[in-house]
Amino acid sequence: MSDSAKTRRTDAEPAPTRRWRGDRASAAWLIAPAMIVLAIVIGYPIVSAIIQSFSQDRIFNEQTGFFEEGGFAGLQNYWGWLMQDCGNGINSCPRGTAGSQFWQSIGVTFFLTGVTVVIEVLLGFWIAIIMGRNLWGRGLLRAAVLVPWAIPTAVTAKLWAFIFAPQGIVNSITGLDTQWTTGTWELLTAVIIADVWKTTPFVALLILAGLQMIPKDVYDAAKMDGATRWQQFTKVTLPLVKPALLVAILFRLLDALRMYDLPAIMQGNTSGPATTMSMLVTATIREGQFANASALSTIVFLIIFACAFLMVKGLGVNAVDQAQPNRRKVGAGKSKKGTSADTSSTKAVVMPREDAGGK
Amino acid sequence: MTDTAEKPVQRRIRTGEGWGTYVSGAVIVLGCLLPFYWMMVVAFRDVGYTFSTIPWPTHVTFDNFVAALNTSSGNNMLRAIGNSLVISAVTTTAAVLLGVTVSYALARLKFAGKGFVTGIILAASMFPGVALVTPLFQLFTDIGWIGTYQALVIPNISFALPLTIYTLTAFLHDLPWELEEAARVDGATRGQAFRKVILPLAAPAVFTTAILAFIATWNEYLLASQLSRPNVEPVTVAIARFSGDNPYIQPYAAIMAAGTIVTVPLVIMVLIFQRRIVAGLTAGGVKS
Amino acid sequence: MKRRTSAIALGAIAALVLSGCSGGDADGGTEEGLDGRGPISFAMGTNDAGKLQPIIEAWNEENPDEQVSLVELPQEADGQRDTLVQSLQAESSDYDVMALDVTWTAEFAANGWLQPLEGDLELDTSGLLPATVDSATYVDTLYAAPQNTNAQLLFYRTDIVDEAPTTWDDLLGYRDAADAEDLDLLIMQLQNYEGLTVQTTQAINSWGGAVVDADGQTPVVDSPEATAGIQALADAYENGDIAQRTNGFTEEQTNLAFLAGEAVFAYNWPYMYDTATSEPTSEVGDDFDVAAIVGPDGPGASTLGGYNNGINVHSENKGTAFDFIQFILSEENQRGFAQESFPPVLASIYEDEALIDEFPYLPALQEALENAQPRPVTPYYAGVSRAIADNAYSAIVEGRPVDEAVADMSSAITSATGN
Repeated sequence: MSDSAKTRRTDAEPAPTRRWRGDRASAAWLIAPAMIVLAIVIGYPIVSAIIQSFSQDRIFNEQTGFFEEGGFAGLQNYWGWLMQDCGNGINSCPRGTAGSQFWQSIGVTFFLTGVTVVIEVLLGFWIAIIMGRNLWGRGLLRAAVLVPWAIPTAVTAKLWAFIFAPQGIVNSITGLDTQWTTGTWELLTAVIIADVWKTTPFVALLILAGLQMIPKDVYDAAKMDGATRWQQFTKVTLPLVKPALLVAILFRLLDALRMYDLPAIMQGNTSGPATTMSMLVTATIREGQFANASALSTIVFLIIFACAFLMVKGLGVNAVDQAQPNRRKVGAGKSKKGTSADTSSTKAVVMPREDAGGK
Repeated sequence: MTDTAEKPVQRRIRTGEGWGTYVSGAVIVLGCLLPFYWMMVVAFRDVGYTFSTIPWPTHVTFDNFVAALNTSSGNNMLRAIGNSLVISAVTTTAAVLLGVTVSYALARLKFAGKGFVTGIILAASMFPGVALVTPLFQLFTDIGWIGTYQALVIPNISFALPLTIYTLTAFLHDLPWELEEAARVDGATRGQAFRKVILPLAAPAVFTTAILAFIATWNEYLLASQLSRPNVEPVTVAIARFSGDNPYIQPYAAIMAAGTIVTVPLVIMVLIFQRRIVAGLTAGGVKS
Repeated sequence: MKRRTSAIALGAIAALVLSGCSGGDADGGTEEGLDGRGPISFAMGTNDAGKLQPIIEAWNEENPDEQVSLVELPQEADGQRDTLVQSLQAESSDYDVMALDVTWTAEFAANGWLQPLEGDLELDTSGLLPATVDSATYVDTLYAAPQNTNAQLLFYRTDIVDEAPTTWDDLLGYRDAADAEDLDLLIMQLQNYEGLTVQTTQAINSWGGAVVDADGQTPVVDSPEATAGIQALADAYENGDIAQRTNGFTEEQTNLAFLAGEAVFAYNWPYMYDTATSEPTSEVGDDFDVAAIVGPDGPGASTLGGYNNGINVHSENKGTAFDFIQFILSEENQRGFAQESFPPVLASIYEDEALIDEFPYLPALQEALENAQPRPVTPYYAGVSRAIADNAYSAIVEGRPVDEAVADMSSAITSATGN
């Protein structure tokens, strides 16, 4: 441990400046290829989607019965989605049109996101605490939680669709005749359960890593001051794990807002009650309305970035700092014994099991 | 503070945890494993008893696996597995090759605009894949790429590359860079110092990152479901649209068998590399 | 910067088709390759492709220089459609002849992807069931050759029902008999998907209404007849004559429930005749029969299913392609379909005594087919179907007033067809 302590120390103290000479030039060469590739695989599609979102979808010529090329649409596609304008003014999208599903899909997405993230964080916290304890069979516990994470979401969806099938095990055991795959609340419940099963282990692992960064001596000090276990949790654990927790929540939130695989496969189509924003985009593509789909996907993209922005600004989640090691300052800085906390925590991050698993 | 001083304290804190903790642990293990267990029980169970509720394996048969690999109903799981291997391997290789230099720069070099680059990578990793689907679907249709591997590999790089950079940067930062410094004091160039000293040390980190990128690509569904054709479709799409002889009937037993075929190797791999994967998963997300 | 987008490509195809202008290879293609002969490919969903296999083998035997190769498409309808659309948008001639679900024919025709069957390629449709010809006709032009058809039947339990009911009220009259045995009276597909569109159009047509006008565009679902049809389903659902659990039923659940002996009546496709007689798990084996579905005063109007064979407008061997789709319509090949429980489109097959002995459901199917109606023939079928199913679901299952739902259905169809 003392070896690595020395190792880490250099992070806190910048190395001699001569080392940085020429960094700017080499950095450009090292970074450029990846940036160019990202520009191609993300930048190009985004720009072309935005351009196309201002054009008009193919028009049907009633005289001839054939499709013709559309012209420039301006903001009409966006207006159509946001204002529910299906051709006859605001709120003219009757039930049974893709337009009428817009706000519903946003509602469904945010509902699924809110419920799954809350459950996953609470459940994940509990699992992390149990996993952090020194119990016999911890190896099994740690292996078990990785199983749901490792299963592809598409397989997870089929598995839970089978479990919730009309003649499936859930209905058989409970004796119910619930239509889990079609009723609105039933389907949303089934999707939530499947998502919680699939993703909670990942959240638990993130929280566990955060918990393991908390130096033991902080607890010792708290105990010496006569803190109860609840007080230890609220006054020591929560504040110290908060930065890591917020980053975990941010990632989960953005992931959940993109939710597609589970509801799309479990629902089996793209117009049912569990249609998320992403599913509405693919449904619109399927109907051949590429310009409309481009406008919709741009709206989805903006919504997700707005959420990320609000999280970062509003809740003070500093993912950039978290990701940028040279400026790390959250968490351990609050500990009284800064250096030793930094040492043990970094170790925990790299190899959590080494620190906690070897009895 | 030393380990010996710490342990008695821990023990004392943990006495009295007793059976409550063990019950919780058991609940967690069962909760995680039971659905997976059920998938395998049904996969090995005679198709006539698919909806039987007997909790242990009964009517054991391999017929469902035969059905899962059968190609007469338009399924081709073996081809799909091969496709997934190709797509994931190529994507991972590309992402690691492109990402490792960026991670080195971010972890090691000091340059203006570093925050900007990090921000770009983060933004890219939060990017909703569905925003790529419309333009890429049209582009690939126009240039005749639908039904090719590149039409799946290229969009996959959009999430595999940021993931790689993010994870690898966190790993690389924790390497003992002063060894490189020492090598340079001894007269090695930066390139030599990197190759001879740092690269061997970084290899495990690169490997772990590659596993994560591979799994992420293997599990991708949204892009593949829109941009693939049966000849190049990966396992996720093949499973999602898996069908039996009768188009109106979901062949659950065969689907569970197909799910078992694609999942068990993955689970074994994850368990083998358990420590690395946990480290990799948490490296990017939790930093102090 | 101008990108190549498929919208532009589509527009270009349409423009070229319309103006008839020929710009070398970029020609719309309707005038090219009409007498071209040579090997062709035939694309069809893999689930039914086996039924075409013997026909293709027979053809290849006779035409060694004009071999037909079978290209199997994905099993499920969406996958088949996506594969074809992607290929056609790229103006590819990968698939010379394509087996199209009846609901796609109009869309493919409107996009200019199908060779009109007129002039040199005029098809003699006199022997075919008229409704199947309608399903392949778009803007008064035949764009594909019917291959096989399908129509829902009324399945009933002969151990409970002596004689098949002929009207809706007759059918509902068995409520007490069903209750006495603790069975569902009627089960059908009421889940919100294409199956509900089938049920809804069946009810609308059976009660004398229609979904769209003859132009395939203008919705007429707000007529009193159409409203009455949906109202009948809604009432029956509300008081449990149609089992309420069917709000989650697809064909699959209908099949499972009927085979398990849980219902007196069921609406389903003819394939259930096969499963009910041959599946080992079937508990109704010999205790059921089929009849035409029912309307208010007599037999109802089933919704037509099946495939139409379209010729790719970019095919270079349209001569061979046309001969091949005619070959599929030969009496021998159509009889082969009947033996595979794949309802033929050639009317004479249904009169064949030997076949009727072997397949006792054929007369009922013939009656159903004579009254059958295609689903709306519109290039916006996906949107129209969603408009029908979503609103029917709200009226039948969620108890929304039928006239409100019908009004929304009407305006949703208008909106889907872009008018």
